[in-house]
Amino acid sequence: MAAFDIYPEYEIVRNNERCTNCRVCEKQCANGAHIFLTDKNRMAADDAKCVNCHRCVAMCPVRALKIVKTDHTFRENSYWTGKSIKEINRQAESGGVLLSSMGNPETYPVYFDRILLNASQVTNPSIDPLREPMETRVYLGSKPEKVVRDEKGRIKVDLPPHIMLSIPVMLSAMSYGSISYNAHESLARAAAEAGILYNTGEGGLHENLYNYGSNTIVQVASGRFGVHKKYLSSGAAIEIKMGQGAKPGIGGHLPGTKIVGDISKTRMIPEGSDAISPAPHHDIYSIEDLSQLIYSLKEATGYSKPIIVKIAAVHNVAAIASGIARSGADIIAIDGFRGGTGAAPTRIRDHVGIPIELALASVDNRLCDEGIRNRVSIVAGGGIRSSADVVKAIALGADCVYIGTAALIALGCHLCRSCHTGKCNWGIATQREDLMKRLNPDWGYKRLVNLLNAWKHEIMEMMGGMGINAIESLRGNRLMLRGVGLNEKELEILGIKHAGE
Amino acid sequence: MREGMFRNPSGCAISGIFSKSGKRFSGKRIIDSIAVMHERSNGLGGGFAAYGIYPEYKDHYAFHIFYDDIYAKKECEEYLEDHFDIASLSQIPTRKIPEITDTPLIWRYFAAPLPAKLADSQLDEREYVVRCVFRINTAIKGAYVFSSGKNMGVFKAVGFPEDVGRFYRLEEYEGYCFIAHGRYPTNTPGWWGGAHPFALLDFSVVHNGEISSYDANRRSIEMHGYKCTLQTDTEVIAYIIDYLHRKQWLNLNEICSVIAAPFWSVIETRPREDREELEYLRCVFDSLLINGPFSIIVGFEGGMMALNDRLKLRSMVVGEKDDMVYVASEEAAIRVIQKDLDRVWSPKGGEGVIVTIEKGSA
Repeated sequence: MAAFDIYPEYEIVRNNERCTNCRVCEKQCANGAHIFLTDKNRMAADDAKCVNCHRCVAMCPVRALKIVKTDHTFRENSYWTGKSIKEINRQAESGGVLLSSMGNPETYPVYFDRILLNASQVTNPSIDPLREPMETRVYLGSKPEKVVRDEKGRIKVDLPPHIMLSIPVMLSAMSYGSISYNAHESLARAAAEAGILYNTGEGGLHENLYNYGSNTIVQVASGRFGVHKKYLSSGAAIEIKMGQGAKPGIGGHLPGTKIVGDISKTRMIPEGSDAISPAPHHDIYSIEDLSQLIYSLKEATGYSKPIIVKIAAVHNVAAIASGIARSGADIIAIDGFRGGTGAAPTRIRDHVGIPIELALASVDNRLCDEGIRNRVSIVAGGGIRSSADVVKAIALGADCVYIGTAALIALGCHLCRSCHTGKCNWGIATQREDLMKRLNPDWGYKRLVNLLNAWKHEIMEMMGGMGINAIESLRGNRLMLRGVGLNEKELEILGIKHAGE
Repeated sequence: MREGMFRNPSGCAISGIFSKSGKRFSGKRIIDSIAVMHERSNGLGGGFAAYGIYPEYKDHYAFHIFYDDIYAKKECEEYLEDHFDIASLSQIPTRKIPEITDTPLIWRYFAAPLPAKLADSQLDEREYVVRCVFRINTAIKGAYVFSSGKNMGVFKAVGFPEDVGRFYRLEEYEGYCFIAHGRYPTNTPGWWGGAHPFALLDFSVVHNGEISSYDANRRSIEMHGYKCTLQTDTEVIAYIIDYLHRKQWLNLNEICSVIAAPFWSVIETRPREDREELEYLRCVFDSLLINGPFSIIVGFEGGMMALNDRLKLRSMVVGEKDDMVYVASEEAAIRVIQKDLDRVWSPKGGEGVIVTIEKGSA
């Protein structure tokens, strides 16, 4: 149906004066966007295959390439946008659900960008982190309600199981299978080096990575792939994944084509079979069922590890979190609607869930109001882009944050949002041996450690400016925040004042 | 705008005098001490807490109450009569001086909880008293209980502290411990209740500094039934100390390890048992770490504690002479009342100085 063919979104622009026909771009592009025309002895491009991942641009030795957004356009219409028209055409052609990757890219309000931080002036000195201690260490886990003493009157120091982080950042769940082995190894090594934790996601844990166990959160999701005693015991914490910010209410599907070799072994399913994670856990249809799974996992690991329950930020998130806090969980992870994914139905990703800033503020408020905030730690994820977002999230009430997309960008991701094709040119979201090799864990983990160190320095600078030298004094310290351009209701939910107040 | 409706950062002067033998002395000494630090106040708040001043009613709670008008007094007295057996009531004696104006009604009650009411409440006596105090301060408009301990009392007003002392005729009281505060708020408090000390039961706190952890502390302590109505640092510090002491049974050294917790790098160098305990306290009560500059003096029955923030961002000096212990923002405020000292030193940040009446003393 050539008549409906859609003009490509991006155009590959080649400077033919610079191009030496070295054909690197052709080799680098797994999508086959670059072609060498032997008869004409020059390079050509098929724009329709380009996903704008910048691999060819970065690899071109003579900087002959750039990718531009096409100026080809539909007749202007502020309601029926080009995007709507193209999507309808694609669906009319395929009859299928639209798929997307990574986080919601639409133009919803970004509350982080409408919140500003405080600094000390006159009445209270700012603290220079280069001269004074500045503590970013965080403990996650439940806190006892009462101090208990032994017969000699000494405090019994048996804390419930907890995890310790050098900075309030963890690497969020990305499964082996959805990302490559090299990406997983990079995350594990970076977590170990930086003194934080990464998360296996739902695909199990490759046996080579068991030695990073003390920096690992092992996830139990609805598919229960790769879950066994040794797996549960190997991590520092166990996460029950109830939901994901990118696709609340939706399960997962890793196509059989990706279930090969070690992935099949690690997930404990036959090669070539689809790995389907159901939308709900079929043993959890209500809150009391969740409690049973929490205690099953605690029993299985001798009550030695904190249990994290991860939920997507949805409308009733505060009540849900309150229920989870009363069900034996030690840590609640809330994933906002900007959170990334390897693949999600576009309509779900772009229209379901709520912003993490609002969800976090309302969960923290609810747990404080009910006097149970100390029973759990809160991890906020889903769209954390910088150290400033981290500081704002903590001041809104989080104990720590999860980062996923930002970590992948450090490993080379250029956010082309085509993970679901499995042809990641940067070696991250792919299982193709030739592509995977492009991500070398030896430098991948170093880049990620650099990023974490840089954020740590920035967090310390911002804390020092506020006159705070321990991160726990920032948690829930909403007086350090002011809103700009927010309405009364938004300010009320965030629990902050407007700038100037 | 009245205190409690806005945050009001303050600079300050603090001073404290304590007799380890429990010997009682006149309130004149503390006035002389705090007066030296006149420049550390700006006339917008001053106050004192005095211990051992009511020996004749030492088993009764001494409520000091500000009333905006007689209607508030009537309502409050009805409430008190419903809940307490009132042994004595009177206006607190004051001296009319031009420096202190806009005086509210200031009354004092010596009271004990009604046994039947107390039993019905299923609370311990001190918790019963605290709840009644919160009830009056939040529900009865124009009434404010600013002192509620036994054998102790708080005296405070808007003005320079030395004038406040003269106003309350503090020289006529004798006690074994006095603490004082001169305030330099950045905004007009507009109300006497906002002056310091801040007290709950027999614990009273004077504080110099602006804590940067205020909202984190407030959010945490309000989970345990406290209501921070004044929005002042001193109020939240007093509640934290009360919570840790009265509800978690921590001793004062342990309380110092929570509110001015040692740095992790220091904790790691301690012997195992200490390290485990410090780590435990810091983890469990992390939201009660008080961050930012402060020096505080805490008065309580039979003792006094002085503490600086972990970085020592506020000045505080301690002096000793025989059985007397002096604490002040400046050494001059000690020397003016005790020229020769056996020992004088600046405590390190986070190092609590705790003195109590020695056993066998009065």
